This record gives sequence, structure tokens and C-alpha cells, in this order.
Amino acid sequence: MKNKKRLFETIIHGIFLLLGLITVGFVLLITIYLVISGIPAIRTIGLFPFLFGTTWESTAAEPSYGILPFILTSVYGTAGAMVLGVPIGFLTAVYLAKIANPKVKAVMEQAVSMLAGIPSVVYGLVGMLTLVPGIRKLFNVPDGASLFAAIIVLAIMVLPSIIKVSMTALEAVPKEYEDASLALGATPIETYFRVSVPAARSGIAAAVVLGVGRAIGEAMAVMMVSGNVPNMPSLFQSVRFLTTAVASEMSYSSGLQQQALFSIALVLFLFIMLINVILNFFLKGDKEK
Amino acid sequence: MKKNVCAILLGTVLAMTALTGCGANATAGSVSTDGSTSMEKVIGSLGEAFEAENSGITFTYNPTGSGPGIKAVEEGRCDIGLSSRNLTDEEKAAGLSETVLAYDGIAIIVNTENPVEDLSLETIAKIYTGEITNWSEIGGNDAEIVLIGREAGSGTRDGFESITDTEDACQYRQELTSTGDVITTVEQNPNAIGYASLASVKETVKAVLVDGVAPSEETVKDGSYVVQRPFVLVTKEGEALSDSAQMFFDYITSTDANEIISEAGVVPAN
Repeated sequence: MKNKKRLFETIIHGIFLLLGLITVGFVLLITIYLVISGIPAIRTIGLFPFLFGTTWESTAAEPSYGILPFILTSVYGTAGAMVLGVPIGFLTAVYLAKIANPKVKAVMEQAVSMLAGIPSVVYGLVGMLTLVPGIRKLFNVPDGASLFAAIIVLAIMVLPSIIKVSMTALEAVPKEYEDASLALGATPIETYFRVSVPAARSGIAAAVVLGVGRAIGEAMAVMMVSGNVPNMPSLFQSVRFLTTAVASEMSYSSGLQQQALFSIALVLFLFIMLINVILNFFLKGDKEK
Repeated sequence: MKKNVCAILLGTVLAMTALTGCGANATAGSVSTDGSTSMEKVIGSLGEAFEAENSGITFTYNPTGSGPGIKAVEEGRCDIGLSSRNLTDEEKAAGLSETVLAYDGIAIIVNTENPVEDLSLETIAKIYTGEITNWSEIGGNDAEIVLIGREAGSGTRDGFESITDTEDACQYRQELTSTGDVITTVEQNPNAIGYASLASVKETVKAVLVDGVAPSEETVKDGSYVVQRPFVLVTKEGEALSDSAQMFFDYITSTDANEIISEAGVVPAN
């Protein structure tokens, strides 16, 4: 009887382990596959010309595969989205977590959740039909599809992650801290910014890093508003991101061009890994406190 | 665990190889085609319709490009090669023959507000290479020309650039990944010019006349509209196709297939 029970336990354990390993397996599989398929092109092209070359002409008679424009565009685009998105997201989170009355909070939280649920192709479509012509008229440039349009779309797309994660962090600040501050005569606003925010800072930092991850990995929406020409980035020029570089050429690619696209994916993957490491660092810092 | 990963990896690699292979052995009951990526849509729908009618025969298509496709026929690695250009004299001398399946007409489109009606092929090339940058130089409004094109590797882009002789020289402002995106963008921007497969162009944009000829099925077919190219089936001269491949060949060159060919956005030749 006892043995039977133990056997049953062992089997269940085994099943759970197996299920857990599926996820781990997929991560390993994707990582290994990306490395294996990403390395050959870098070998052929050379690491330096690949990463720091400024021209990408994959189908030209004499192709050149330099992805510096894509890397810089992704970095600038993400940074721009953060400059616009972080203040809005952070202040919204403070408002919702601390100041808003429950009814307003309920409605606004619902709106934030809905924003998170909108598919990226819809962001792209709306951007393409309203934002791009809007930028063209407003700034009097020949064409509105640009880095600037992509930054605005990305800034909107990162808002939900920033707001939600910062809110959770702010709400987790012990009420005693705030009570103490208020009892000492600080105004509520002083309390929130001098006590609550510093206490929640690692959570807020994690929110920002999460937003960076979302922005750098986005493909569909930016593809529809950024114009996709492999120029070196400039605010009102048509640009191509790391993600869109892979997505736009993959369907018809072959040979070295296709291998180079895998290499771009590998570079993007390393970026995301780096962001994950930073995210873990902040989250861990939170736990240790 | 490690073994598992290896097994999965191996499985994936095998699956990928199987997918990219050219259906090397043309056994009875299969048709293998290889070549032009521009013909993907038309040959794909023809293959599907053919398979639906002949349940025993499997159809494969390997999108490698016109050059590799022609080579594949020459080396006997597939039944029918697909080329989006006419064969060269050397290729014909090597014992290959061509049968035109369809014509791909590419419309040059501008915004409906644009007063420009007629452009010569040379002017179009000059516009796309950045030699002409303002509409006023060619009788339009005083505004910078916004060049809209397709992504590298696209069949339409390849077709447009080879016809206008502007390969690798186009100064695109936007490279979009679908015909629909190009049309929408030109529709939105009064100073844009783009190119798109003739069949997809509707009244939302204006297709300009090229050398005085309006693009239409008739003008493409009789050759008077010049921004067009043939979709060619390449076979070996004097060498019989397998039964199933011959059946497929007859089917797609018959008038029955015209409807499917038109639906794929090109003008049937037969």
C-alpha cells in the first residue's frame, strides 16, 4: 500500500517535471537554433563589417550586410519611446495607485488593460492611416513614415506594461511608511514622491526595463509606420528596426541573405537577453530588501 | 534531457531539409516546380486547384528564383522550371524551351490629386534613381516626390527594377511589404508614387500612362504597355515530361486555368 502510494507520487512528480521541461526545452531549442543558424553568416561577412557596416543591400549584385543602421534605429527608437512613455506611464501609475478615487481608478485601470490587449497590427494600422499623414502635414515633411512615427506608436504600446508594474510596486509600499510621513506633517504629494516612490523604486525600474523589452521586440506596428528603408536613423527619415529587418525580408530570402537575417535575429535575441538580465537584477534587488 | 534536445533538434533540421528540397525524384504521381519567387502566388493557386482535381498527384513548388529554377530543370532536379523573364539565347542553346504562362503587368500609381497623367519609362527610371526629385520638373505640383517601393526580394520590386533598369539604384522613401500597403500609402500621400501589380490597383489611386499607353489586360497582352514581364514555364526540349507533370503542364496552359491565373493578379497568356 505504502509502496503503491510512493510509486504514484513518483509518477506524478515525473509528469510535472516533464511538463516543466517542455518550456525549458523550447527555450533551449530556440537558443541553440538561433546560434547555429546565426553564426554562419557572421563568419562569412565578418563580425566587424556585420555589426558596424552602415549599408544593407541584401539583394544587390554585390550585396553588403551591415546592420549598424538597424541596431541604432532600434536603440534610438526604444530610447525615444521611453522618453515619451516613462513620464506618462509613471505619473499615471502614481495617480492610480495613490491619488485617484476608486471609481476613476476602476475605469482607468480597465482602459489600461484594454490598451494592453489591442493587437500590435491594429496599432500599426491606426498609425499608418492617421499618424503618418498627420506627421506629414504637421511637420511639413514629404512623408510621415519615419522614426518619429515609430517612437510615438511604441510609446503608446509600452504604457500598459509601465503603468501596471509600477502600480503593483507602489501599492506594495507598506502603509506605515506613508502614515509616518503624513504624521510628520508632509503633504500627501510630498509623501508619495519622497516616501512611496523611493520605496518602490526597484519595482518601477523593473517596469521601465519591461517597457524597453516590449519596445525593442515589437515588429508589426513599427513595420507599418517606419517606412522600412535601411537608412541611418534620423527623426523624420524612413528607418528600419532590427525586428522589421528580419520580418520584411524573410519571406523571399535565400542563401546568405537568409542566413544574415538569422544573424540579425541572434543580435536581437542577445539584446533581449541582456534586458532580461537587467530585469532580474532589479527584481532580485527588490526581494533582498 | 540532452539527448531529448538533440533528438528534437535533429527532427527540426530534418523537417526543414525536407521542406526546402526540390522534390528531387520525380516519381509517378508528383509534379515538382522550382524557380521564380514572383510566381509563387499564381503557381501556388494553380497547384492547389490541380491537386484538388487529381487527388493522387502531389504538387511541390520550391521558391528559389528564376535563375536557380532554370538551372534546376537543366540538371533534371525538377519537372518544370519557373522563370519571370524570357530565356536567354545561351539557355535556349542548352536545350531548354519556354512556354509563356502569363504576363505580369506592373502599374505605376500616383495619388488621385496628382495632375501628372503620363510618364515615359525613362522618366520613371529617373524618378526612382533620384535624378528627378520634384513633381514640378515633370509637370506636376511643386512638391518633393515620395518614392514608395517594395522590400528587397519582392517579385514586384524585382520586376519593376529590371524593366526600368534601376536595379539596386532606387532611392526609396518607404519599402513596404505588401501590395496593399503600397496602394494605401500612395492613397494617403498626395506626392507619392509607387508600383503595384496591375490586378490589385483600384480607383483609390491613379495608374499613370506609360509612354502614352494605359495599363490594362489588353495592352499588357499585346505588349504595348511596357512595364510588364512574362511568367515562363521552362522545360527541356525533346525530353518528355512524366505523365503527371505533363498533365499539370496541359492543365495550367489550358483556358480552364485562366480564371485562377487572373485571380492571382496576372494576365493569362493562353
